[in-house]
Amino acid sequence: MNAMTQSGLSTATPALQIEDLRKSFGKAEIMRGVNLSIGAGERHAVIGPNGAGKSTLFNLITGRFPPTSGTVRLHGHDLAGLAPFQINRMGLSRSFQITNIFPKMSVFENVRCSLLWAQGYRYSFWNMVNRSRALTHAAEEILEQINLTNRRDLPAGVLSYAEQRALEIGITIAGGANVIMLDEPTAGMSHSETDYIMDLIRRVTENKTLVMVEHDMGVVFGLADRISVLVYGEIIATGTPEEVRANPKVQEAYLGAVLEADH
Amino acid sequence: MTDTTLHSSQPRLITLGGALPWLIGSLFLLVMPQVFTSNSAITIMNQMAITIVFALSYNMLLGQGGMLSFGHAVYMGMGGFMCVHFMNYIEDYSLPIPLPVLPIFGGLFGMGVAMIIGSFSTRKAGTIFAMISLGVGELIAACSVIIVAFFGGEEGVSGDRTMGPPVFGIEFLHQIEVYYLTAFWLVLSALLMYLFSRTPVGRMANAVRDNPERAEFLGYSSRWVRFFSFVAAGFFAGIAGGLFAINYEIVTEENLNLVQSGSILLITFLGGVGFFFGPILGAIVFTLLQSVLSLQTEIWQLYLGLLFVATVMFFPGGLAGVIMMHTLPFRLGKARLLLRPYVKTLLPALIGLLGTAGGMEILYHLRHAALGENEMSLYWISFDSHSVLPIAICLLTAAGGFWLAKRNAPELADAWHEANTPNGGVA
Ligand SMILES: Nc1ncnc2c1ncn2[C@@H]1O[C@H](COP(=O)(O)OP(=O)(O)OP(=O)(O)O)[C@@H](O)[C@H]1O
Ligand SMILES: [Mg+2]
Repeated sequence: MNAMTQSGLSTATPALQIEDLRKSFGKAEIMRGVNLSIGAGERHAVIGPNGAGKSTLFNLITGRFPPTSGTVRLHGHDLAGLAPFQINRMGLSRSFQITNIFPKMSVFENVRCSLLWAQGYRYSFWNMVNRSRALTHAAEEILEQINLTNRRDLPAGVLSYAEQRALEIGITIAGGANVIMLDEPTAGMSHSETDYIMDLIRRVTENKTLVMVEHDMGVVFGLADRISVLVYGEIIATGTPEEVRANPKVQEAYLGAVLEADH
Repeated sequence: MTDTTLHSSQPRLITLGGALPWLIGSLFLLVMPQVFTSNSAITIMNQMAITIVFALSYNMLLGQGGMLSFGHAVYMGMGGFMCVHFMNYIEDYSLPIPLPVLPIFGGLFGMGVAMIIGSFSTRKAGTIFAMISLGVGELIAACSVIIVAFFGGEEGVSGDRTMGPPVFGIEFLHQIEVYYLTAFWLVLSALLMYLFSRTPVGRMANAVRDNPERAEFLGYSSRWVRFFSFVAAGFFAGIAGGLFAINYEIVTEENLNLVQSGSILLITFLGGVGFFFGPILGAIVFTLLQSVLSLQTEIWQLYLGLLFVATVMFFPGGLAGVIMMHTLPFRLGKARLLLRPYVKTLLPALIGLLGTAGGMEILYHLRHAALGENEMSLYWISFDSHSVLPIAICLLTAAGGFWLAKRNAPELADAWHEANTPNGGVA
């Protein structure tokens, strides 16, 4: 049905298109009709108070939970019923708010495993992973970027918190997906670590679509092309940083307090 | 070492460091029958080789894939039955299939069964997988008395390995010929299983074991990754079954029942699931203990059981884990520090264990020997098992040994700490 989207229309098709997305856990309606369209190559931030449903939105988009109703399209393809691995193969990669790595494997192995599918190895049992220089090189390059080269052979589980966060991001970006979703990538990092990681994120998402949950307003306003504000399962505003900052609804519901505290 | 030759875009397939353990292992297998020449020794070595293949295949599930199976003997047993049937076909129809290739049929059959079972059992790991493996194990064992044509009922299926076409004049009449056949398959299977662990799907098996959910967000279906490991494990278990059929020329329900499945779990755990060579150690130690202990004592299973419990409780990394714990002291050049404390702690502990075992042997003799037969022999000493003195000596030795070991244990703990601290670290 999407034969045309490949060619001429692809620039016009949004990277992500979400229509009336709803999710209930039992009786609690957590996602209450979200509509959002994120263009290809856009850097989009999702902000909102604790418990607003930002992580849930990520989980619904990436196939971790099935939505109660509504649709999510990735480059025009409906994601309904697809498993996370199928969505990932379509070029979407995400990180987790709570670090989600392979604790018993070495740091290097963590990164290499995240490259395998993207580099076309699939379920092959006739290749040796350590025979491919390209694979090793790519993994080492990622380690270099996330500053973990000197931790290469340690089990990931023994890294410090900040190092594990960096690895989490490394695993997410390694495969070179063109839509990258980061759930609070800098949570718990120091100022200098945050600066470093944000710089890295800016570099690796060049010409890609980035969707990011972030609490640090300085980071959000510096990086995002557009911002959506999610409050109690609804997007109350979407727009450029300036528009969102000026939006009275946002100021009332959420931002005002933060901005005042900042100044 | 840092040679970057121009032409090769790929690292060497074989490096000296990588090949050395395999060369040493193969050499070892070659000369062993020259050292231990008796028929019974060769029988034990054959048993060992078969168990190694089986345990390595089991560890593809448990250690590498994080799948706790209570029914892995099914795939070995099925491979075994298939092979023994093949032996009979070869005899009945004079098929030109030489005996040494037979295990491949066992492997393929084990693999086929694993594909069927794995198609639903690998959907989930953890408890669900374990329960399904148990159920399937029970089911197949029950089938063996129903489907007599394949399983041969109670007495199983037997064959004659010497009926095939001779290979270079070898008819496999002698144990030693079977030994070399088995050893060949052992090296080949172990090598293939090792290489499997280095492939993309083998690496992802570890990832899925550690964190199946995250693997899904990297493009891999945890379920399919488990399935591939499961099928590969079924293949090598089938090879082990084929080797069993060739060695013993009979396969029965006992080869695929839950007892067998349970013991391969214990053997693998004893050797250590965390390292590739762990199951090899487990199989060697277990087979040795089984064949040596069972000659010495009636209650050898009790000792094995205690050994397993001790392993699970105190050394969850198994024998391989204990060995690998010592790499750091060796690298720091401080392993020497451990020698004295080891002797001072382990020797009394060993004496304590021997005393305890003596006590148990006497009690067992007391209860189970024929009436009037009071004389027993233990540690090359004959005495009256009904008198108090021997058991008193045993218990005192046990108490004394353990007391000494406990007294010296802190010294060992200190030495261990010291041996693992780099020089210049806190003393
Ligand atoms: N699996 C689940 N089952 C039941 N309730 C859930 C589940 N996941 C999330 N929730 C609920 O949904 C609401 C939104 O949670 P979510 O984690 O999406 O918020 P968030 O915006 O990411 O918050 P934070 O800023 O704290 O990360 C919370 O009230 C939470 O308790
Ligand atoms: Mg969240």
